[in-house]
Amino acid sequence: MTTTPRWRALTQHHLFWPVAVLVVLLLINVPFTPDFFSIKMTDGHLYGSLVSIVLFGSPLILVAVGMTLVIATGGIDLSVGAVVAITGALTCSYISDRSDQDALSGVFLAMGIGLVAAVVCGLWNGFLVARMGIQPIIATLIIMVAGRGVAQLITDGQIITINSEPYKLIGGGYWLTLPFSIFVVAAVVAVTVALTRRTALGLLVESVGGNAEASRLVGIRSRRIKIMVYVFCALCAGIAGLMISSNTSAADGNNAGLWIELDAILAVVIGGTSLLGGRFSIGGTVVGALVIQTLTTTIYTIGVPTQTNLVFKAAVVIVVCLLQSPKFRAKVFGARFGSGPGANGSGTSAATPADTTPTTAAAPKMEVS
Amino acid sequence: MSATTQTPKAKAPDSRTTSRGAQLLGDRRLPVLVTATLFIAMYIGGLSRYANYGFGEPQVFLNLFIDNGYLLVAAVGATFVILSGGIDLSVGSVIGFTTMLTAWLVEKQGLPILVVIPIALGVGAFGGFLMGYVIHNFEIQPFIVTLAGLFLFRGLCLVISKESIAIDDSSVSSMAQAQASLGMGFLSVGAIVALVVLAVAFYVLHYTRFGRRVYAIGGNEQSAMLMGLPQGGTKIAVYTVSGFCSALAGLLFTLYIQSGDPLHATGMELDAIAAVVIGGTLLTGGSGYVLGTLFGVLVLGLIKSIIQFEGTLSSWWTKIATGVLLCAFILIQRAMTTRRKT
Repeated sequence: MTTTPRWRALTQHHLFWPVAVLVVLLLINVPFTPDFFSIKMTDGHLYGSLVSIVLFGSPLILVAVGMTLVIATGGIDLSVGAVVAITGALTCSYISDRSDQDALSGVFLAMGIGLVAAVVCGLWNGFLVARMGIQPIIATLIIMVAGRGVAQLITDGQIITINSEPYKLIGGGYWLTLPFSIFVVAAVVAVTVALTRRTALGLLVESVGGNAEASRLVGIRSRRIKIMVYVFCALCAGIAGLMISSNTSAADGNNAGLWIELDAILAVVIGGTSLLGGRFSIGGTVVGALVIQTLTTTIYTIGVPTQTNLVFKAAVVIVVCLLQSPKFRAKVFGARFGSGPGANGSGTSAATPADTTPTTAAAPKMEVS
Repeated sequence: MSATTQTPKAKAPDSRTTSRGAQLLGDRRLPVLVTATLFIAMYIGGLSRYANYGFGEPQVFLNLFIDNGYLLVAAVGATFVILSGGIDLSVGSVIGFTTMLTAWLVEKQGLPILVVIPIALGVGAFGGFLMGYVIHNFEIQPFIVTLAGLFLFRGLCLVISKESIAIDDSSVSSMAQAQASLGMGFLSVGAIVALVVLAVAFYVLHYTRFGRRVYAIGGNEQSAMLMGLPQGGTKIAVYTVSGFCSALAGLLFTLYIQSGDPLHATGMELDAIAAVVIGGTLLTGGSGYVLGTLFGVLVLGLIKSIIQFEGTLSSWWTKIATGVLLCAFILIQRAMTTRRKT
């Protein structure tokens, strides 16, 4: 009897389902690769499947964390893939022009230029959304379309390869036996969590997403908050762009960060953040991004042909979205949830903000699409 | 609101007789006219610049339809969805999947093309129907559902084959090379089909009950529901139309390129949406014309032609020019909608 309420509390925790999916996916690997969880020490570096999942997933985690805040304000940012490409292209083309590619000052300057470009993209998105009042999906579509062209313009349509040891560190290097990018991700996530949960910033973001007009009347500068989250999202995408180009030591204007915006939105949705805005969970997003990366790794390890990767992904998206849809749950699990009045009440209140606020539920389509 | 109650003089009659500029901005046909003017200006610009290189040939103009027929069909489908206030991201994937399916059925299974065409169209329409069903019945945002569609169809392409399949079938190539002479030039089968689709869409949107429902739902879903319009059926039908158009666009693309490849038409949904927006359809739904979409596609096609004629410009300028145009038209739309509200 004592375990039942605890179990119920556990299953209703917002991170329960994403973590459960992640654990199940990880366990699926064990019969196929028995040493899946083992981590070996070779040449002073830690190697293992878990390490590589985090390593390859780190750009996605970064982009998804930025995307979480944008989605929390009721927006969406489609331009992150293009920002990844632009940042990588600018940084690599600057480094490749230097006579000494290993010079630290040059590398830092190059990274600075790349990140400034990312911030400019974010400012432009924020300006269109907050000042001009254009729907986020459309406003960010502009950079999504034009940005790849700009990235190709910077690289002159070529794939720029560089040979710079310091720059290699950020995406492919090791530090304290672990891949350096893990530390970067950990730092960004820690800063984001601290800023949003230890200060009022997170609350402000959520209130802007819940009702921008109401929060403006309360005295929150909702425009400024919106511009800020787009800049933050672009900055995260810029860092991810540095990582991707550093990992391959090359800038590919055409393919760097291709589809990363879709993966990032997917990670956010799997992590339990509603696309309607108004609430978010950074932890959920990180788990969601890890789920996506683990799914990819799992498909490789269990020997399913890699080309079915996308079909799996589509299935996961649909299943997760159906589970999150209140209407679907009412139809399929209606009888089960309806039997216990206590379970029913807490279930719906924990489900989505749409349930508790009928006005936003009536017009969710207008917000995002 | 409060301003109008305080000053009753500044009510409807006054706002109706405001300056002609404001009146013009309020006209729903303005974006279409702007796009058409832009197209003509670009064409004349091209004429004056490349007159010696044969830009003035009628065939150059007709080639716009031949080279962009598939995009026109896809964009017409996207127009339906956007008018209804939704969005369809799966267009490019469905096109790619249709090329793969057609190539595979014709080449590997040896089916005649006349059998394959209805199968491909049916699969596309069914895919659209499924997405519409999920969107309506489970109230999940169209963005996410069609995103899943994007992944699913692109994945199914790769499941059929990772390699591209060339089509050597004689009936397909004869169909692809068939030309209808117009005296001064010719049109391909694809271009004619695209124009027929455009005409049908024009009729359906402006002269049938279904078309009015699409506009009504896009304009204000709540009011449409209160008026008793069959909201669910219309929504599902809109996505079915989009799926069908995408599959048809895929068939035209197959004819145009005569092969199936899992990476065909990647990102074409963006081109289609861009064409619709440049054509003056409001992305919030409820306002726009399918003829505008035609001009949107023609403008995009003309950018490509001019870049080809210029010779020194690289292909990525197409993307940049598209982005700049997109931005300009979104700002025009924004100016229009704020004008109408006040």
